[in-house]
Amino acid sequence: MANLKTVTKKTKAQSMGMHTEVLTGKTQQKFFNPDEAENFFYWGTHEVDFNKRTELDVKDMDCKIANNKIDRLMSEGYGTIVIKNPQGKHSLGVGILNKLNLIFEGSLGYFGVGSIDGPIVRVNGRVGWSCAENMMAGKVVIEKNAGSCFGAALRGGDLICKGSVGARTGIDQKGGSIIVGGDAGAFTGFMMQRGRIVILGDVGINLGDSMYDGTIYVGGKIGSFGSDAIESKMTSDDISWLERKLKVAEIGNNFDVSKMTKIVAGKKLWNYDALEPTEKKGAI
Amino acid sequence: MVKKKKKKVKEIKGQLGKKKETAREKMIGQTIGYRYDVNLLPDYKKLTPFLKKYIEHMGWDDLNWLEDVHMGYEENKPAVFDRNANGWVTIPKKIKLPASQQDRDMIARELLVKFQMSPNHPLVDLKKAYLKF
Repeated sequence: MANLKTVTKKTKAQSMGMHTEVLTGKTQQKFFNPDEAENFFYWGTHEVDFNKRTELDVKDMDCKIANNKIDRLMSEGYGTIVIKNPQGKHSLGVGILNKLNLIFEGSLGYFGVGSIDGPIVRVNGRVGWSCAENMMAGKVVIEKNAGSCFGAALRGGDLICKGSVGARTGIDQKGGSIIVGGDAGAFTGFMMQRGRIVILGDVGINLGDSMYDGTIYVGGKIGSFGSDAIESKMTSDDISWLERKLKVAEIGNNFDVSKMTKIVAGKKLWNYDALEPTEKKGAI
Repeated sequence: MVKKKKKKVKEIKGQLGKKKETAREKMIGQTIGYRYDVNLLPDYKKLTPFLKKYIEHMGWDDLNWLEDVHMGYEENKPAVFDRNANGWVTIPKKIKLPASQQDRDMIARELLVKFQMSPNHPLVDLKKAYLKF
């Protein structure tokens, strides 16, 4: 029988040095020090000043060069960056793990500002599919409309669209808040696992289909409920949270949130008792 | 012949027909599948000074991503989930935890930020080894 320990031939990954580190015996507890000094930066990110402002014209750049330029500007301490002429380019502003004020003067294409962790982004135009996909933290404000899969697999932060959004908004959402000032398409909150979606306008068919957890609030008409999505009663906590969040989102002035419909998971699709006590799958 | 005693099966109302509904579940009209309420909205009156500073530093209006962070459990010990390291971090024994989930959640949020921003975070070693740009 082959013994893995005695195999001397290295795989390609091993020869590249990718399996040399020893991870055994390292518990998370070992690293945890509650008296850790105050520090608000991830290791390796840049200290920036919001008052230090610059502009970047990306008209003749592809997304890779533009994103590298943004990173370089942050390394120089710029905390406010205005992107000129985005011209609907795809994948702009992705992977920013820094505090930053990022302003796009125009529209974005597909997968704009995906996988971000921290920045405050404002898009003065429209966005294409999957805007802020896998967003971890921060705030994104879209002034006009957004395409489908808005906030797909969102994990944290506030994602706001002042206009209307396409289908499958918040698909596979695992946390955070999606707030839409206008209408939303079909399958909003499809397979949602956690977090909150707020739609001030109408919403299409199959709302919250196969949702596992999380909460959806709708201000207008609902096309139809999806499988295992059920209506629940609004509480005073919901109302105060919605009032505060709409102020953060800069929309819905004088909107009566108490009349919104609250939708939650019926939890018939999952055996929660089997999940206890490890609860690992519920983690975001 | 001796009659066999029939075992009484206790009927419990609630989640999947197995669990009794708590007062909180009755109030929100929804079952809580975990041992803590993952949908509990934060009480901003309970913000810690550290979290206030963190929000201000990041330029946000509220707790932002931390709204989804709660004090959970791993192997019956209080723990907070670190999505970056993809694992639960158990709370040191020396920290005495309050009974209210709102207070516990605020402590979990503060500890998680400190943990994630620490140069001792397990991902720092990986970043040093594999960072591309």
